[in-house]
Amino acid sequence: MKKVHFSEWGIESPKFWGLLALIALVAAIGGVSALYMELNGHWVTGMTNQIVWGTPHVFAIFLIVAASGALNTASIASVFEKKLYKPLARLSGLLAITLLMGGLAVLVLDLGRPDRLIVAMTHYNFKSIFAWNIFLYTGFMAIVAVYLWFMMDRRMNRYYKPAGVGAFLWRIILTTGTGSIFGFIVARQGYDAALLAPMFVIMSFAYGLAILILVLMFTYKLDGRELGDKVLFRLKNLLGVFAAAVFYFTLVYHLTNLYGTENHEYEAFILRDGGIYTFLFWVGWVFVGCLLPIGLVYHPTIGKSRGGIIAAATAVILGGLATVYVIVIGGQAFPMAIFPGKTIVSSGFFDGVNGQPFLYSPSLAEVLLGIGGMALTLLLTFVAIRVLQFLPDSLADEVVDPHHAKS
Amino acid sequence: MSSMNDQARRDFLKKAAAAATTATVAPGVVLHTLKAQPRTTAVTSKVRWGMLIDTSKCADGCTDCINACDKENGIDLVDKPEGADDAMWERQRPHWIRHVKLKDNLTGRVTNLPMMCQHCEEPPCADVCPTGASFRRADGIVMVDRHICIGCRYCMMACPYKARSFIHAEVAEKLTHTPRGKGCVESCNFCVHRLDNGQATTACQEACKHQAIVFGDLNDPDSAVSKALKAYPSVAVRDDLKLNPGVRYTNI
Repeated sequence: MKKVHFSEWGIESPKFWGLLALIALVAAIGGVSALYMELNGHWVTGMTNQIVWGTPHVFAIFLIVAASGALNTASIASVFEKKLYKPLARLSGLLAITLLMGGLAVLVLDLGRPDRLIVAMTHYNFKSIFAWNIFLYTGFMAIVAVYLWFMMDRRMNRYYKPAGVGAFLWRIILTTGTGSIFGFIVARQGYDAALLAPMFVIMSFAYGLAILILVLMFTYKLDGRELGDKVLFRLKNLLGVFAAAVFYFTLVYHLTNLYGTENHEYEAFILRDGGIYTFLFWVGWVFVGCLLPIGLVYHPTIGKSRGGIIAAATAVILGGLATVYVIVIGGQAFPMAIFPGKTIVSSGFFDGVNGQPFLYSPSLAEVLLGIGGMALTLLLTFVAIRVLQFLPDSLADEVVDPHHAKS
Repeated sequence: MSSMNDQARRDFLKKAAAAATTATVAPGVVLHTLKAQPRTTAVTSKVRWGMLIDTSKCADGCTDCINACDKENGIDLVDKPEGADDAMWERQRPHWIRHVKLKDNLTGRVTNLPMMCQHCEEPPCADVCPTGASFRRADGIVMVDRHICIGCRYCMMACPYKARSFIHAEVAEKLTHTPRGKGCVESCNFCVHRLDNGQATTACQEACKHQAIVFGDLNDPDSAVSKALKAYPSVAVRDDLKLNPGVRYTNI
C-alpha cells in the first residue's frame, strides 16, 4: 500500500456553507421541537402513561447503537490489522463520536427534566444500567478522541494500537449496555432476553457501517476524490454479512420465543396481529433492513453499481429505524401480563382491556427532534472533516492495494 | 465626615437587616423544630407497611377508594391542558390507584380489585432508576424523590404493575404534602404524609365502605393486616417475579 495522505474536505466555500446552513436548519428545527415539548410538557407528544418511550427514543437508540458500530472500520484496521481499512479509520472514529453526540442530544432533550442533567451527573444508582451507560457513553467519547489523537499525531503513533484495542473493547461493552436497557426489563414480554445485548451489538455493526458508507460516498463525490471499487466493494460485502447476521439474530430471537407457550401471545402480536408493528416487522425490519440489502450487495450487477450500494446502505438504515421502532414501541404496545391466566375486562388505567394493545402515534415534534439529532451528527461530522485531516486524499484502487496494477 | 456617615448608615442597615431576618425566620425555625420533631427521627425497618385487599368485597362500579386517593393526593387538581384531546388526556393524566375487572380465562369467574403501587421489597423501579430518585424507604414504602427525578421514565418501563404516572403537563395547583411537577414520575406512596404524622391509615382504606382494604404494619403480629393475612389465603400479583410486594390480595 502506498503512503496515504489525508487532507481537509476541500469543497468550495459557498457549497460548504450552503450545505452547513441547510443541515443547521434541520438541527435547529429539532431544537425548537424539543423546546416546544419541554415548555408544554409531554402531553403535546404521542407519548402516554402506557407508551412512555416514543419516537425520540427510537432515533436516539438508533444513533447510539450506530455510533459504536461506526467505529468498527477503525477496529478492523487497528485491532485486526487489515491494512485496507486503515485509511478509513479516522472517519470511522469521528463518526463514532458524532453519532453518539447526536443520539445523546435527542435522549437528553426528551427527558421530563432536561434541566436536571447535572443531577444525572452527580447522583448515581449503580444498580441501574442507565447510570452505567452515562459512564459508558462519556467514556466512549473520551477514549475514541484519544484514539483519534494517537492515530493522527505522528509522535503518538506507537500508542495507537493499545488505544484501538481499548476503544474496541469499550464499544462492545457499550452496546451490550444499550441492549441491556431492554434485556433487564423483566416485566415486559418483548424484552427480558439476554439475547438482546448481542443482537444490539450486531445491529450496531450494520447501522454504523451503512452510515459510514453513505458519508464516505457523499463526501468523496462532493470534492471529487477518488473512491475505488476495491475498498467500496469490501465495505459493501461486509455490510451484507452484517445484515445477514442481524437476520440470524432475528430468527433466533423469535424462534426461541415461539417455543415457550408464555410468549405465544407476544409473538402473535408482533408476527401476525400487531397492525403497524407487524407491518414494520416484516416490511421494515426483515425485508428492507435485512433481505433487500443482502440481495442488493450480492447481486452480480446491482451489487457492483454505486446506486446499488447506496440503495443497500439506505435500506439498512431505514430497516434499522423500523427495527428499533418495533423493539422500543412494539414492546411497550403489547400489554404486560399483570394477571396471567386472566383477561382484563375493564380498567381505569388502560391495562390492555381484552388484550388490546396500547395506542401510540408519533407527533410531528417527536419526529422532528429525532431527525434533528441526525442533522446534528452530520453537522458535527462535516465541520470536523472541513477543519481537520480526516479524509484520505484518494481511496483509488492503486492507493489502497499495491497489487492492484499487477492483476 | 461623609465617609463616617456612610459607615454609620451601612452599620445601621446591616443591623436592621439582621433584625428583620431574625424576626421573619426565627418563628418559622422554632415552629418547624417543634412540629417536625417526630419526623426528624429516621424511618426504621421495624415497621413494614402493607395492605391486604379482599377482592370478594370490592364492588363492581364503586370508585370510592379512587376518589379518596385523588382528593388526598391532589390528583383531582391536575387539570387537562387547554387544547388537549379528551381521549388522549385520559391516557396521559396521572392515576395512583385504579379499578380493574378481571375474568378468569378458564372459569369465567369475575374479580374486581383496586390496583396501585405494590410496594415491592425488591422494587424494579428503584433498581433501574439512574439517579436513585426511585427508592424504597426502610419501612417498605416505595416512592420518588422529586428533587432528583430527571423524568427518564425507565422506572415506568420496569414496573411490572404499570403503577406509575408521568406528569405530562404543568400543574397549577398542588397540595403542600404532595408536591407535583411537570416532567417527573410519581405513584402511590401509601399516603406517606399521614403515616409520618402519626396516622395509621391510607385514604383508600378509610374510604372503602366495603372494608375490602386492610392496612397496617406487616411486622407487627397483632396488627389487623397481619392477623388477616394469617387467617386467609392470599397472593402477591406476579408472584413469579419474587419481588415480595407489600400489597396482597385474597380471592383473585
